[in-house]
Amino acid sequence: MTIAGNVLTDQALVNQAPVSPFRRWLAPATFAAFGLINIFVLGGYAHKGDATFAFSQPFAKVTVPNLTLPAAATCYVCGGISIALALVRAFVPLSKLMRRVAIGLVLFLFVLSLLCWADAGQTTAFNIVNLLQGTLGQSIPIMLGALTGVICSRSGVINVGIEGQLLLGAFTAAIVATVTGSLWLGLICGALAGSLVGVLLAVFAIGYRVDQVVLGVVLNTLVLGLTGYLFDGLMVPYQNTLNSPATFAAIKIPLLGDIPIIGPIFFDATIFLYLTYIALAGVQVGLFSTRWGLRTRAIGEHPIAADTVGINVIAMRYRNVIAAGLIAGVGGAYFTIGSVGAFGADMTSGEGYIALAAMIFGRYTPIGAISAALLFGFTTQLQSIMSTLNTPIQSNLLLATPYVITIIVLAGLVGKVRGPRAEGIPYIKS
Amino acid sequence: MSDQAGQAGAAEAQKKQTGPGRGRAIRDSILEGNTFTVTVLAIFTAFVVGGLLNAFTNTTVLHAWGNLFSDPGHAIATAWDTAVGAYVEMFEGSIFNPHTVSALFQQASFSAAIHDGYLSAVFYPLSETCVQATPLILAGLAVALPYQAGLFNIGAQSQLIGGMIFATYLGYGVSLPVVVHVVVCVIGGFVGGAFMGWIVGELKARTGAHEVIVTIMLNYVMIYLLAYLLSFPYLMQAPHSSNEITAAIAGNAHLPLLFGSHLRINAGFLIALACALAIWWLLSRTTTGFEFRSIGKNPSAARVAGMNVERTWVLAMLIAGGLAGLAGATVIQGTDFTLNFQSYGTYGIDAITVALLGLGRPLGVVLAGLLFGALHAGAPLMQAVTGTPVDMVEVLQAVIVLFVAAPPLIRAMYRLRAARAGGVGGVMSKGWNA
Amino acid sequence: MELELKGITKRFGSLVANEGIDLAVAPGQVHALLGENGAGKSTLMNVLYGLLQPDEGEILIDNQAVRFGSPKDAIAAGIGMVHQHFMLVPVFTVAENVTLGIEETRPPGLLDRRRTRRDVRELSQRYGLEVDPDALVENLPVGIQQRVEIVKALVREATVLILDEPTAVLTPAETDDLFRIIRQLKDGGTSIVFISHKLKEVQAIADTITVLRRGKVVGERPPSSTEDELATLMVGRDVQLRVSKQAAKPGEVVLDVADLVVTDLAGQAQVNGMSFQVRAGEILGVAGVQGNGQTELCEALMGLRPATAGRVTLDGRNLTRATPAQRLEAGIAYVPEDRQEDGLIGDFSVADNMVLDQYNKPPFAKGINLNLGAIAANAAERVKEFDVRTTSADTAVGTLSGGNQQKVILARELAQEHKVLIASQPTRGLDVGSIEFVHRRIVDQRDRGVAVLIVSAELDEIYALADRIAVMYEGKITGFRPPTVPVEELGKLMAGGADQDPAAASALAGPLASADPPQAPEPPGPSGSSGTDPSPSAPTGIPGAGE
Repeated sequence: MTIAGNVLTDQALVNQAPVSPFRRWLAPATFAAFGLINIFVLGGYAHKGDATFAFSQPFAKVTVPNLTLPAAATCYVCGGISIALALVRAFVPLSKLMRRVAIGLVLFLFVLSLLCWADAGQTTAFNIVNLLQGTLGQSIPIMLGALTGVICSRSGVINVGIEGQLLLGAFTAAIVATVTGSLWLGLICGALAGSLVGVLLAVFAIGYRVDQVVLGVVLNTLVLGLTGYLFDGLMVPYQNTLNSPATFAAIKIPLLGDIPIIGPIFFDATIFLYLTYIALAGVQVGLFSTRWGLRTRAIGEHPIAADTVGINVIAMRYRNVIAAGLIAGVGGAYFTIGSVGAFGADMTSGEGYIALAAMIFGRYTPIGAISAALLFGFTTQLQSIMSTLNTPIQSNLLLATPYVITIIVLAGLVGKVRGPRAEGIPYIKS
Repeated sequence: MSDQAGQAGAAEAQKKQTGPGRGRAIRDSILEGNTFTVTVLAIFTAFVVGGLLNAFTNTTVLHAWGNLFSDPGHAIATAWDTAVGAYVEMFEGSIFNPHTVSALFQQASFSAAIHDGYLSAVFYPLSETCVQATPLILAGLAVALPYQAGLFNIGAQSQLIGGMIFATYLGYGVSLPVVVHVVVCVIGGFVGGAFMGWIVGELKARTGAHEVIVTIMLNYVMIYLLAYLLSFPYLMQAPHSSNEITAAIAGNAHLPLLFGSHLRINAGFLIALACALAIWWLLSRTTTGFEFRSIGKNPSAARVAGMNVERTWVLAMLIAGGLAGLAGATVIQGTDFTLNFQSYGTYGIDAITVALLGLGRPLGVVLAGLLFGALHAGAPLMQAVTGTPVDMVEVLQAVIVLFVAAPPLIRAMYRLRAARAGGVGGVMSKGWNA
Repeated sequence: MELELKGITKRFGSLVANEGIDLAVAPGQVHALLGENGAGKSTLMNVLYGLLQPDEGEILIDNQAVRFGSPKDAIAAGIGMVHQHFMLVPVFTVAENVTLGIEETRPPGLLDRRRTRRDVRELSQRYGLEVDPDALVENLPVGIQQRVEIVKALVREATVLILDEPTAVLTPAETDDLFRIIRQLKDGGTSIVFISHKLKEVQAIADTITVLRRGKVVGERPPSSTEDELATLMVGRDVQLRVSKQAAKPGEVVLDVADLVVTDLAGQAQVNGMSFQVRAGEILGVAGVQGNGQTELCEALMGLRPATAGRVTLDGRNLTRATPAQRLEAGIAYVPEDRQEDGLIGDFSVADNMVLDQYNKPPFAKGINLNLGAIAANAAERVKEFDVRTTSADTAVGTLSGGNQQKVILARELAQEHKVLIASQPTRGLDVGSIEFVHRRIVDQRDRGVAVLIVSAELDEIYALADRIAVMYEGKITGFRPPTVPVEELGKLMAGGADQDPAAASALAGPLASADPPQAPEPPGPSGSSGTDPSPSAPTGIPGAGE
């Protein structure tokens, strides 16, 4: 009996259960719910006044004027549009693309209302650039983790151990950077740490054919325990010599970094963001335009066919999983030497699993996974902005937001996503 | 049913042996890589790995190994002492501490000694093991039961918290007579957990959302929900307190102690054992269990045979959630008596390793729960005396489970012959996919 | 290239799949390998193709011994293989599939799609194997997919082409097409090894026939040998090739399907308005090449897939929205197409599988409690009744042979009272003995008054069993015919040809008034064959199914 078969998305159930009315009305109901919240909760409780949005940072070469919107009214309008979209979705047949556009629009309107409500009547302008900058930063580990997941899944191996890869990467980067004093060495070792977890995953999943989902969870537990053990035993007592690394500074790309709005967001960040761009381009081009990519996708879809044309399925899966771990390791290093510096117990807080959800949501493509990761990163960022704005929502509820969003996205809006056909099924050479 | 097949096969094989032949059969069976052997060796190997980890992250040992070539004996001795020392303390904290026996016999009067708790002290480690094992067995069942139905429930933590919340609230919020209060709180714990499990089951049944990610998300959500509830006196925070903690539950809601006031072992342990028995009966002797197992092995064929796969998933998750909720209730009502924002501890994570070591079977879960309970019981003493962090237990658990997952690895390490197909070993040779 | 296999032996544990096999393939020759399911043909070819290593024996190319450690070696030596189950990645294009493993790249390491497309087009035109390089394989009909497989082999400059059961998935017209291609390749000097269990086809195309039985070569014969001779060689005994059955005595309409429409997840109608009726005591055979909606039809009839439109009635009771459990209750017995995936739980014992749909009813259960004793007793009885070869009723059913597995399913399904039997591809992958058994049982059911619906891609089987034939193409019934219909006409209907004689056909859509035992005409085989016409009383092709 296998738990997962090839299914993080239940493809293995050949006999389809009849489509329930529940599924049909889920999306329109969700749209309508957002709309009603916009109107009655956000609009209704908004303070009197306007919400101001800033789009530039101080000392920028080119400044963009602020945008002022009447808070309550904007909420009502957003709500109205959302409800209209709900009706359209319920009664008008839409193409797949239009459906996704509709979802995006509803979410955008909701966020707009949320921001209006938060900033209503306040003197400080809400800086959108900061919000987006922070989003990108927050998303980095999820983006990199999701890319790792894409490579592994496309090769036919489900990698639930992304969380462990991130955590070990964070730990290793911190300790190496502190001990050697070199951030770059820390980064490299962080990447290797992610790869090390990949080795374990590969050996047990491919070599011993253990259930891959269970294996991933166990590896995460192992890394959690190990890093916790080493943190308590070594890092805490020897904080200065083992756990106080420097962090990478932001690097602004000349010219591109000065473009209003876009510049500060995309071209003024740490090396990690630029590495993410490279990784995204690399995996996207690699998977769909190179020989390696064609063969990788083949072993994930129909390993027997690949075998019969002489591709070494097992070896390729090993190589891909282990190499993909490097990417997750870099993502993990971001937690420490890319942002806060010192390592803390369980500092990844489930982001590795969110990366997995992003991969599925992104339909197993690099661009899709990145987009989904950005969405999740945005919700995390939103939560921290909300708390700085002194909104009356208690911090704990806000902290739970990204996780709730992930559940909603996975359950409600995803639809049936088809992963690579041989995902999760160990290849047995007869 | 492969269970019976395996036992029948082994029984058959045994019946054929008589006299000296029998001993040979047992010896052969042990030398071969059958389940029991592999599991024992896996545990042993994991302890070795843990010992090495402990030794070589210890500054004293590292220091001594710096002088390896000038004083190898000292280097090896310190390594050995550190590793073994930690385990000795763990053993004394969980099974038996010889000092307690000598302390007992040093007392002047036997009856006075008993009254003062010296006899109890001898059994204290074992009692602690049982106390620690209780939530592990229940939560382990919460993972093992859906496993049989093809679901991976990593949400034991969220379900456990749900149970804790309900049980605690009923514990201090209402006032009921003696026996009734305990039972009500226990049932409340079950309900709280069952609700959380039901959510997961429904989501999977209706939307196909895979339970792995949903449950992990719920784990985090519940942690924050718990903290939230404990932040406001009008919710669950104890009045006049600035900490995130509830009031203490009423005395009537405490689970009765089993062996006197000096030992913490309480009725929760019996509940755990009873549940294990009940789940065993459910899985192997009832129509519902047949459905669970069918759907776990082959949902397509089960559907064609007329079984309602979705409804079964929901039922499995509901019961599983309830079991995890019970685990939470036994912790609150058995030992903690209040609920704080860290009450859930590592039970949720441990539940997974317990279920995996127990190979998804109720009896296995009980044994694994006792083993890991022992580890948890002995860890505080180990940390206090040798300074080894209690996280060692988490490492040990994960390593044990990894080794158990790959019997070929263990067999290769110890040069065991592969198990005969058809015997008990053959059934297990697929690692966790039993 | 002279290819020779000498003394090839291959064992899987205690099972000897191939024993001391000698085979010589001359250049430009079509050498057929004939044998029933389980005779060891595929194993031998996997050895030749490098997927398996022989335990004894050697492979000689131009009198030099060679060793194939993997398909790569075999391909390099000039051996190409078209597997029975295609080795094509469904989500890739034709060009991507053809080029997988030998991709053409341009710097800096990117795939050179343009060159690949050109090569594929050129090759396909040269051999008359028209394929569109940019088409997605999963959207292509099966016959075209097979062409892609052949192009794949030719691109790698195969001089020996192995075809494993190539006609299992083809209509008669497509089979003709394939044979044309084979002759063309032969003329160009390619050797063909043609593996099949279908006598008539083998006789039509082969230059020489080697017969395998139970892993050994039992003879090499020219294609002019009689069918009887070949059949006897194949099976090793005088075989009752055709289940003897009496005339059907159809009664009332039991199963009534009206305007059934079943759409898949992508919104395509797989069943596109089908209407038919099955009466008690008759066998309706639904003929058609796989992929025309048969799977979806059966699933919809069983409630495993929702019907988008239409009505399914059993004895007047509307079952269109019923769950599978309700349909089983109402009296439908179902033998699914994929027995291991949908019919059995491999890890469960034979006994448990026998009660898979009855486990919660007395005597197997009282309330929630299972009655293990009753389950075991039932198993013992059924194993004897259906002659299931197993060491005990507690062994895992997944370890049984295909034939025995099918017997377990039949035992289960036929055990309770039922009014309708739906059997989809009931003898796929079974050996002749099991096929006989299954056919016998099906006819028995019919004689007991059960309404039987058979869905089969094996025309032999349809001809053997059916009292009425319905031809299915692209989700519709293109025509109803009696079992006396000539193959060409059936073939035309299977390929979507319009129903030429609607008046006569509609008379058959209804009940078949008691007819004399239908004499099957010339059994299915490629038209234009030069074989002799068998007399009507001669046994028809062996009812078989693809291995």
